[in-house]
Amino acid sequence: MESTIVKSVNYNAYFGENHVVKDVNIEIPRNNVIAVMGPSGCGKTTFLRGINRMHELIPGATAKGKILLNGEDVMEMHPIFVRLKIGMVFQRPNPFPNLSIYDNVIAGYKLNGIKLPKAEKDKIVEHSLSRVALWKEVKDSLTKKGSFLSGGQQQRLCIARAVAMEPEVLLFDEPTSALDPISTSTVEELFHELKKNYTLIIVTHNMQQAARVSDRTAFFYMGELVEYDVTKQMFTNPKDTRTQNYITGRFS
Amino acid sequence: MEGKIKYRIGKSSSFQLLTIILACSCVMPLVAILVYIIRAGITKINWSFLTNVEKPVGELGGGVIHALVGSMLVIFFASIIAIPIGILCGIFLSENKKSKLAYWCRLSVDILQGVPSIVIGIVAYIWMVKPLGLGYSAFSGSAALAIMMLPIIIRSTEETLKMLPDSLREAAYALGMPFHRVVLKVIVPCGVSGILSGVMLSVARIAGETAPLLFTAFGYQYLNTNMTKPMETLPHLIFKYAITPYKDWQDLAWGASCILLIFVLLLNILTKFITRKWKVQL
Repeated sequence: MESTIVKSVNYNAYFGENHVVKDVNIEIPRNNVIAVMGPSGCGKTTFLRGINRMHELIPGATAKGKILLNGEDVMEMHPIFVRLKIGMVFQRPNPFPNLSIYDNVIAGYKLNGIKLPKAEKDKIVEHSLSRVALWKEVKDSLTKKGSFLSGGQQQRLCIARAVAMEPEVLLFDEPTSALDPISTSTVEELFHELKKNYTLIIVTHNMQQAARVSDRTAFFYMGELVEYDVTKQMFTNPKDTRTQNYITGRFS
Repeated sequence: MEGKIKYRIGKSSSFQLLTIILACSCVMPLVAILVYIIRAGITKINWSFLTNVEKPVGELGGGVIHALVGSMLVIFFASIIAIPIGILCGIFLSENKKSKLAYWCRLSVDILQGVPSIVIGIVAYIWMVKPLGLGYSAFSGSAALAIMMLPIIIRSTEETLKMLPDSLREAAYALGMPFHRVVLKVIVPCGVSGILSGVMLSVARIAGETAPLLFTAFGYQYLNTNMTKPMETLPHLIFKYAITPYKDWQDLAWGASCILLIFVLLLNILTKFITRKWKVQL
């Protein structure tokens, strides 16, 4: 029953003259965890940010090609709709410092001016925080500010904020690189839970993490998608020598 | 060797002492002004001083109520003009750091900050007082002061918002928020303490401005609340009375100086308080 949810067709991204993502064609199946790995500056983050059109927010950034979400080209849609359907979690936890934990979870509704009855908001908050295994830890301090939490908790709060919007796809840009090992493993465990309901695309420069959490892995090098395969296959029997060199640590 | 180290320690501590002395000498003029004006002015302030308008020379019991009310009104209307324009311009500058328009805008703001206040007064006279044919008016004074407030509000808003991390904007955009909501619901609330302190400092800055009012609000010896008519203001009243040879009027000027000084002082303290209290911990 694996159906494609995100598909890119000849996707190219540029920063001014700089061609950072080159002709990427990739098909991402529903309810999978996809790891995107590669050395620094290989275009993996740019590609990820292209999927929900965050790339174009940077002055001078442009993109060509197609990104299909359920067969519909996101480049033709309004970015606001795209971002409501494709949530994103960033490298550094970035809860809204002026909002309480509760308001942070429903920030997508509250700040977009969508009015919800109190009971429904409570339900969304509890549901989203439970999804990210944070409900038990914060249920007595929902009115405190988001920045009061630890780094790992803040990151899970940010995931809850994305989950609350009930997106179809969740993008993670090196979600654990600013976290300590224990928080990292908590977040990694979450991925297994979250993929039941969402499709996750995770950029990481940590190969072990890619191997641990993903179903499929994409390897980017110098802006190209070098190899894309089932994770187990990729790590035991890579087809491209560049992938092989990267995995065996000959460059990083 | 030991002597050398002792020499270096001695040099280090004398340098430290020098910085302390110089720092104190910066505070000295302020303290001196404060003490002098309060000592000279506080005794002049009493009930009739605060409730009466000015009286002819020789008649006791003159007051400054007309200037007090006038200053409040002129500052109030100047704020109404300058605050929205200033904050919006600051937002534009911080959200469009690299655009050409932002470059020119920033340059003009910097230049505007350096324009002598008397020139702004003359410009307001030429643009508003003369062509409208109403003669001197309090409203033209407000406009002149608003021009003086703008650079302070714009730059402090811009600097405050520029300090906010981009991750905050990204978080908001990633939730599908449109630009106006990102700015109004996330960026401005997070920078509110800095924006407010800029606004209050700009008010403190213009409260004592005399030159722009000479050609605009002009001055008036009775209580007036009509913004289209000439109006007395505290700094102008001080100027007017201080240059007279009459002791009674000079006393009024001292009292008015004292009030103005206390007002500016309180505003600055309040600003510090607000900045600390409303600061959003990032």
